[in-house]
Amino acid sequence: MMNIPCPFCGSRNEAEFAFGGPVKPDRSDPNTVSEEEWVAYLTQVPNPLGPVQERWWHVKGCGMWLTIWRDTRTHDIVEGPADAE
Amino acid sequence: MPSNRMDTGGRIDRDRPLSFTFNGRRLQGFAGDTLASALLANGVRLTARSFKYHRPRGIVGAGVEEPSTLVELLGDDASGNRPATTVPLRDGLIAKSVNCWPSPGFDMGAINQLIGRFIPAGFYYKTFKWPGWHLYEPTIRKAAGLAAAPAAPPEQGHFESRFAHCDLLIAGAGPAGLMAALTAGRAGLRVMIADEATEAGGSLLNRRLTIGGTPALGWVKAVVDELATLPNVTHLQNTTVWAYREHNYLMVNERAPDNPGLLERNWRVRAGQVICATGAIERMLVFGNNDRPGVMLASAAQTYVNRYGVRPGQRAVVFTNNNSAYAVAADLAAAGITVAAIIDNRTDVPEEARTLVEDVDVLAGHVVTGARGARQVRGVTIAPVDGGASRQISCDLLAHSGGWNPAVHLWSQSRGNLRYDDTLTSFLPDQAAQDATSVGAANGQMILADALGSGARAGADAAGITMPDIPTSADLTYAITPLWRVEQGRGKAFLDIQNDVTVDDVHLALREGYDNVEHVKRYTTGGMGIDQGKTGNINIIGTVAMQQGAPLEELGTTTFRSPYTPVSFGAIGGLREDSVVLPYRHTPLTAWNIKNEAFMYESGARWRRPGYFPQPGESFQETVNRECRIVRNGVGVYDGSPLGTFEFKGRDVGRFLDHIYTNIMSTLKPGHGRYGLMLSDDGLIIDDGVALRLSEHRWIVSTSTGHADAMNSHFEELLQTQFPDWNVFVTTVTSQWNNATICGPLARNVMQALGTDIDISPAALPFMGFADGHVAGIPARLVRVSFTGELSFEVNVAPRHLPALWDKIMTAGAPFNIAPIGSEANHVLRVEKGFLSLGHEVDGTVDPYDLGLGWVMSKKKTDYLGKHAVAIRRSGTTNRRELVGILPQPDQMIPEGAPLTPGGERRPTEGLVTACVYSTVHDRWVGLALLENGHSRHGETVHARLKDKVIAARVTPPIHYDAVGERLRS
Ligand SMILES: [Zn+2]
Repeated sequence: MMNIPCPFCGSRNEAEFAFGGPVKPDRSDPNTVSEEEWVAYLTQVPNPLGPVQERWWHVKGCGMWLTIWRDTRTHDIVEGPADAE
Repeated sequence: MPSNRMDTGGRIDRDRPLSFTFNGRRLQGFAGDTLASALLANGVRLTARSFKYHRPRGIVGAGVEEPSTLVELLGDDASGNRPATTVPLRDGLIAKSVNCWPSPGFDMGAINQLIGRFIPAGFYYKTFKWPGWHLYEPTIRKAAGLAAAPAAPPEQGHFESRFAHCDLLIAGAGPAGLMAALTAGRAGLRVMIADEATEAGGSLLNRRLTIGGTPALGWVKAVVDELATLPNVTHLQNTTVWAYREHNYLMVNERAPDNPGLLERNWRVRAGQVICATGAIERMLVFGNNDRPGVMLASAAQTYVNRYGVRPGQRAVVFTNNNSAYAVAADLAAAGITVAAIIDNRTDVPEEARTLVEDVDVLAGHVVTGARGARQVRGVTIAPVDGGASRQISCDLLAHSGGWNPAVHLWSQSRGNLRYDDTLTSFLPDQAAQDATSVGAANGQMILADALGSGARAGADAAGITMPDIPTSADLTYAITPLWRVEQGRGKAFLDIQNDVTVDDVHLALREGYDNVEHVKRYTTGGMGIDQGKTGNINIIGTVAMQQGAPLEELGTTTFRSPYTPVSFGAIGGLREDSVVLPYRHTPLTAWNIKNEAFMYESGARWRRPGYFPQPGESFQETVNRECRIVRNGVGVYDGSPLGTFEFKGRDVGRFLDHIYTNIMSTLKPGHGRYGLMLSDDGLIIDDGVALRLSEHRWIVSTSTGHADAMNSHFEELLQTQFPDWNVFVTTVTSQWNNATICGPLARNVMQALGTDIDISPAALPFMGFADGHVAGIPARLVRVSFTGELSFEVNVAPRHLPALWDKIMTAGAPFNIAPIGSEANHVLRVEKGFLSLGHEVDGTVDPYDLGLGWVMSKKKTDYLGKHAVAIRRSGTTNRRELVGILPQPDQMIPEGAPLTPGGERRPTEGLVTACVYSTVHDRWVGLALLENGHSRHGETVHARLKDKVIAARVTPPIHYDAVGERLRS
């Protein structure tokens, strides 16, 4: 079980969090992009072998959605939320 | 006193005799014994039959490495496949051997020995593959016959889990672990030290060494006593660190904690740093019939004489490739065992080893080529290692040592990597992957002084202090010449005793192309099972290396997996006693429902709800029909509390709701509600519900019961990650607002009888309107929504008021024959109305147009979640499955989920039945279905294709009742 740094609560067990998936690019106005670009945005989820930026929700804690960089090979959190201790 | 028990010595209490039963025989042991030591003390040597060949087997080891004697415990201790060496003896213990029937002495399965040469590695894979393994599996599993799982959890006692945090977790309380704990504990770190044995000391318990000039166990006692005085140290014995997970999270199982009624406690420990002081495990030597009862690891024989005061034989031969067995021979001799000879494959035996056993015949440059004796060892055949005449020596104990493997299991689980060390001829911890370090024999420090030193160093480093003084000690140098297998001789030479894997099996695997150690493992099953190759794995790798001419470091090891030793499921499960992992949710009416004989079950999101309220003599269908008629013709009431409810506050709520709903919400006037659909951005329907605008910046949003948690996540993720600047606050109020929903043509009469200060006339409180006030004197919010298609008043109150309100409704409604309605009738009523239900009509493929809800897709808004995805998908597809009603012909029920195929033939489906209920309005079965191009096929006949028949059905519009909706608006 991972130990996830929450900016509000400090390091907490993964069991307190819900996984929010890898961070996708910012959502653009769909009226300004092509159909292909929109489909790519909707369906292509980052899936690297190595560090990936992903969201976790501290649902059984403070309720914060936070972002970490996790190495998918090792579970090492290579970068925590900017304001986590 | 049994003949093999020594008069003095050992860590047993001769004043506390214990009786136990093994395979039906009543025997005696002492407090401090294990089942294995007590069996040896009683002269029981044939204790098991082997897994595949049913060969006679005895006790091989003295601890967790035991590969041979697995027992099933009966009675209060009921559990299976326990190594006899790890079962502490207690009075009344009942144990029996696994793998044999009816007894190890007379075992029917022993016939496999006669056909043994026909069942080599891979035999089962090759032979039982047609028509399918599953045909043969039950019989083979029974023949393989490991112990049965206990039929029920233990009657007495329970299991529990506990979380713990510490600065430093130390696995193992041998000399290195104790030294580390003492050093770090004195420095004030929060230390947890756990050890699998019943008492601390590790290898010191089994050997006769000194520390600081006095017996080593005196030093152990002093350290343990001091640790007990340190409030920052938690010291657990009979406790195994069995798994090392990511982020220094470890599983630690404490057996028989000092707490009445508690069987085992599983600690989940988050450690700042970890020290693996897990010791080393002796490996076997590989020669013919090296599995005969009486062939034992040298360290085990040493343990039995020193720790348990038991002579495992009268006349011993010691066979070794390293120095450690010389100390064993000396201890055996000191215990009164005749040591007939030491057989050493090394031509030059170090002087320091030889001087330990000056009276013993040492045959350097020799090997044991085979053990003799059928049901137990009666002698050995020896020969010079480089060939020459063989000769025989009689003995009843063969103590052998193939060297030592650092117990790198935990280290390896932590993803720390290993390197092969030529001097030690074994794999050692190398680079750490987490904040962990290995000390003592687990790190290749095989000599006591080095073990103490490395423990002190690691403890000091963890605490950031300077190295303390180390007490003096004396030990033999560890020197070894590898011997992966003896090439001369006959008879099966076992690499893995537990799985009956021989040298020949490994050779066969290599010949058949399984040349990676992981493949060899899977093909031969060597290294699997309960002991996980603790005694045999490195020999298997060595055998592969010999055959392929490749160095061991290139072959590497197989993966070490958790658990390090078996852990009972009870310990993993902890205190969970019910049949569910997560507790059920209840409304304040559960007690009333049960008292009124509701049939209760879960109806989504773990809510316990009444399914129906049967009256005496009523069948299920009769009950549901009655409840439906009550709502359609009179008045009913149901508990709508589980509906997901959220309060939204803030200046930007309207804007936010416009983004998540397909229709426009921001134009809603305060005091009004609106039905809406929510899509995910890829165009799938994720929920539907009603939004009420309480005031300019305050809203109530309801979601379906089953999706409330997911919707909460959805709202929060959007607000926190995409719109952090928007002024919107979401609060879950599902359990703050409960409701009783009064529904039916007489609902308004009941409301009047209850008494309310709210004007409930259709003009003042129309459909989708709401108002705050009092109902029956209770503060309430009255909402005009309808899930049944009838006139409905949803009376929302605080949970503490719901039971009182419910009683008042029953009283006020009595003249109108009001009755409680279960979720089954609710389902029928919504199907009659063609209202969609998530999970039924909404299955992750349909969009609002398919459901006939195109009107809810706003054309005015240029963007909202899912708008563009729906448009893209619809532009590229035809033959959408669309919602229709169906009337089975002839009238009968069609199972939910039944496929619709063209003509009922065996062809690709064109849809499915999503619901089918008995309609009391039409006095027949009616259903809903998703059907290709269904909107244009009303009036056609379609066919549900079932396993045993085809049912025709007429396609209709999806609303079977009150198509214009005048009743719910009344
Ligand atoms: Zn938090």
